[in-house]
Amino acid sequence: MSVKCAVIVFPGSNCDQDNVRSWRAVTGLAAELVWHKERSIDNYDLIIIPGGFSFGDYLRTGAIARFSPIMSEVARLAGQGRLVLGICNGFQILTEARLLPGALIRNRNLKYLCRDVLLRVENNNTAFTSDYRNGQVIRIPISHGEGGYSAGPRDLQALLDDDRVLLRYCAADGSVSPDDAPNGSMLNIAGIINKKGNVFGLMPHPERLAEEELGGADGRAMFTSILKTLIGGSAR
Amino acid sequence: MTSTEALFREHGLTEHEYDLIVEMMGRTPNYLELSLFGVMWSEHCGYKNSKAHLKKFPTKGPHVLQGPGENAGVIDIGDGLAVAFKMESHNHPSAIEPYQGAATGVGGIIRDIFAMGARPIASLDSLRFGDINDARVKRLLNGVVEGIGGYGNCMGIPTVAGDLYFHPSFQGNPLVNAMCVGLLRSDAIYRGQATGAENIVMLVGARTGRDGLKGASFASEELSDKDHDKRPNVQVGDPFMEKLLMEATLEILKEGLVVGLQDLGAAGLTSSSAEMAGRAGSGLYIDLDRVPLREEGLLDWEIMLSESQERMLLVVQPSKAQAIEKIFDKWDLLAEPIGKVTEDGLFAIKRGDKVLAAVPAKFLTDQVPIYNREQKEPSYHQRLKQVEPTAVKQYKDYSGLLKRLLSSPNLCSRHWVYDQYDHMVGLNTVVRPGGDAALLRIPGSRKGLAMSSDCNSRYVYLDPHLGAAIAVAEAALNVAVVGAKPLALTNCLNFGNPENPEIYWQFVKATDGLAQAASALETPVTGGNVSFYNEYDGRAIYPTPTIGMIGLIEELSDHLTCHFKEPDHLVVLVGETKEELGASEAHHLLTGRDEGPVPTLDLAAAKRLNEFLVQAAQKRLLASAHDCADGGLSVALAECCFPLGLGVELEFSGDVSAAATFFGESQSRVVVSLAPDRLNDAVSLLASKDLPYAVLGRVCGDDKFIIKYNSETLNASVSELRLAWSAALPKATAI
Repeated sequence: MSVKCAVIVFPGSNCDQDNVRSWRAVTGLAAELVWHKERSIDNYDLIIIPGGFSFGDYLRTGAIARFSPIMSEVARLAGQGRLVLGICNGFQILTEARLLPGALIRNRNLKYLCRDVLLRVENNNTAFTSDYRNGQVIRIPISHGEGGYSAGPRDLQALLDDDRVLLRYCAADGSVSPDDAPNGSMLNIAGIINKKGNVFGLMPHPERLAEEELGGADGRAMFTSILKTLIGGSAR
Repeated sequence: MTSTEALFREHGLTEHEYDLIVEMMGRTPNYLELSLFGVMWSEHCGYKNSKAHLKKFPTKGPHVLQGPGENAGVIDIGDGLAVAFKMESHNHPSAIEPYQGAATGVGGIIRDIFAMGARPIASLDSLRFGDINDARVKRLLNGVVEGIGGYGNCMGIPTVAGDLYFHPSFQGNPLVNAMCVGLLRSDAIYRGQATGAENIVMLVGARTGRDGLKGASFASEELSDKDHDKRPNVQVGDPFMEKLLMEATLEILKEGLVVGLQDLGAAGLTSSSAEMAGRAGSGLYIDLDRVPLREEGLLDWEIMLSESQERMLLVVQPSKAQAIEKIFDKWDLLAEPIGKVTEDGLFAIKRGDKVLAAVPAKFLTDQVPIYNREQKEPSYHQRLKQVEPTAVKQYKDYSGLLKRLLSSPNLCSRHWVYDQYDHMVGLNTVVRPGGDAALLRIPGSRKGLAMSSDCNSRYVYLDPHLGAAIAVAEAALNVAVVGAKPLALTNCLNFGNPENPEIYWQFVKATDGLAQAASALETPVTGGNVSFYNEYDGRAIYPTPTIGMIGLIEELSDHLTCHFKEPDHLVVLVGETKEELGASEAHHLLTGRDEGPVPTLDLAAAKRLNEFLVQAAQKRLLASAHDCADGGLSVALAECCFPLGLGVELEFSGDVSAAATFFGESQSRVVVSLAPDRLNDAVSLLASKDLPYAVLGRVCGDDKFIIKYNSETLNASVSELRLAWSAALPKATAI
């Protein structure tokens, strides 16, 4: 089967082309840009909501984008089990749309941060992380001002109980302490998945280090995991 | 003061200029017309104090597709591709309102780049501030860095390089110079020309409001502590609007719907429309009733001089207007026809059929009076040059001094700054900030683009000619150590009040030096910006002709980075170390004084060094290369050790003092490391370029940082130096 990937473009998205480029570099497949005013995207196997500053992020990150026409379609497809990957602003939009629990708040030091971070893979038994090893430490960058993951105690407990925290900020030896979360995320959470296991949101940018030429390729395995899942046919 | 005098003074014009205007017009100009002259003949728009000397710059070269005079310069990089780039200042707005001042500086230069039809791929920022221990300076620095990040990050344009220095001369008047680089097809360059009578003049993007009124005149005056009330002169940026404007503009250009276009920057609608008509030798009219306003009741001159951001002026054929409106509508943006191109050469402003102003466009753009002002060598110049810099030699504690230098505001790690900039978006950043130059890959090609900005203001203050030449050589070397051939430069000439003969002398000498070095290094000047009146309460900044350099590497994977890669690699110093401690960072740190002779510069040797680096990269002879600059050899070596935590054990001898060897700032020197089996080939290449060199020792795998020179030893630990270096700026900037 051929795998079809949509990258949603909101006004102010700025990692849309980057995802198309990395998806192609890793999988050899084309991805298509889809404007946020579209109402039907039923023909795609994977929906990527890219990073950027949708609608300027002026009110609250992702708060306006979730009202775009395309988001009710994303919610409908997510409900059917279609794979949805939200990166950075995409993660923020997914939490605003309540497709994922919690919220992303201002970084602990109140400053924008763009740099490589180390992440520990917490659960590789998912559509998005199967090509990583559990406990593997990977290096990919963050680039955000509002990436501190925050959720109520019940949501956090549920995430932990179901093994739905997929990535946590860590030290080089894989240990996790609050200092390792540059943005002050609760429990060092960098990425979480929904109960159904088909909607994944993360603050770091796997698409930015998916080619050795750019200084690292630890992001590749996320795209290869997704591709294998889709070719295996488990998503549809 | 007569009422006439009050009137022309209000517009920043002199009596002589006013008389000239009356004579040219053959009548007394009305208020609106006079306000047009006021901004168009300001230094900021008209370059009246600088033009005579900007002519000295070499502006031609086989690869120059567009030289000065357009929105940006353009150079050919082969494969049908070209690069548009330019640098501009936003100093005064940033002094008054740092966040918005810096943000709109970035926004303005980005518009200049996409106005050429290029997609912006990178930004750089060159910053100067006063004493970092001052609470106001901390606030300015924090605001400026946040403003640059706030705008560039939202636009999705990576901020990849720049430079940052502190000196008390910038206390009340910081420098914020923003540069943008864009990529375009070499056969699809757009220009800011209003050609074709009956073509429609369209205003697109944001609505026009009262912000930034008279910003151009404001930029052409000195600052004082009474400038808080100038905050309304500072524009407010909306990067989201600009992102939409950029995408919509690039879309209509791709569809070939536009004849000419220009961004609205200083002096807003006035300068953009007058310049477009002036360049084309045409006329045009604007109907103020058609200009979309943010609020009702704007006066005629307010509409014409508003510097509301995120607006562009287009000239389009009538048949294309509808298609343009459709594309802008998709992006939820306004595209309003506000006038037409005419053949009469007149720049006219109307409301309906009523003509409010009518001035020949050429009067505004080409007839600006040019001043070659009085020059006088400042009294400090000869005196400070002759001071013998002995402080470093007397200090003796070389390892202690190295640690102090590495943790000083001017030499410590800049990660606190560039961590706040998205420097990776776009997936092109191959060499990130923190090295000598950033390197970007070019989509669809194996080539890479290197870029850097540089200027040592202390050198320029002490010797404007030599200092400006060094700024060019240094910027060129920065791109060459990455393995890229320096191709062309842009500049931003920041000086004090040109009406002061001593300041004008600095300006003239610096432009001489810039012209000489740009010619010798074959890096033509493709554009730039002049910023005079950088003074605060009567004290001028150190003269700062900032250079922005672009270089090209043919095969991306050949590129070099500055850090040591492996233990047992040889460490070689290329270039000659002289007894040069004058004007050095070390001398300044110990004495607080800027004095002594500026290091000498041999431009021919500098050019050969650049050639060596490019060829050595191509032949893959080197493992690393790092420019040896501020702070001297010891600082450069430490910077090579930091990224991988490797050490050095070096032992060598020579004729100059240990102080000058460790901390002197002799020019055109590079620290390289290489595998021992590459030494022979590297040495023959060095010999063919007639470059002196010295094998200093080896990289080592542990924490040692040992330099034995003659009988002196500098002994330190890499981890300790690195901690001092990386912790300094976050600590110093904390409010």
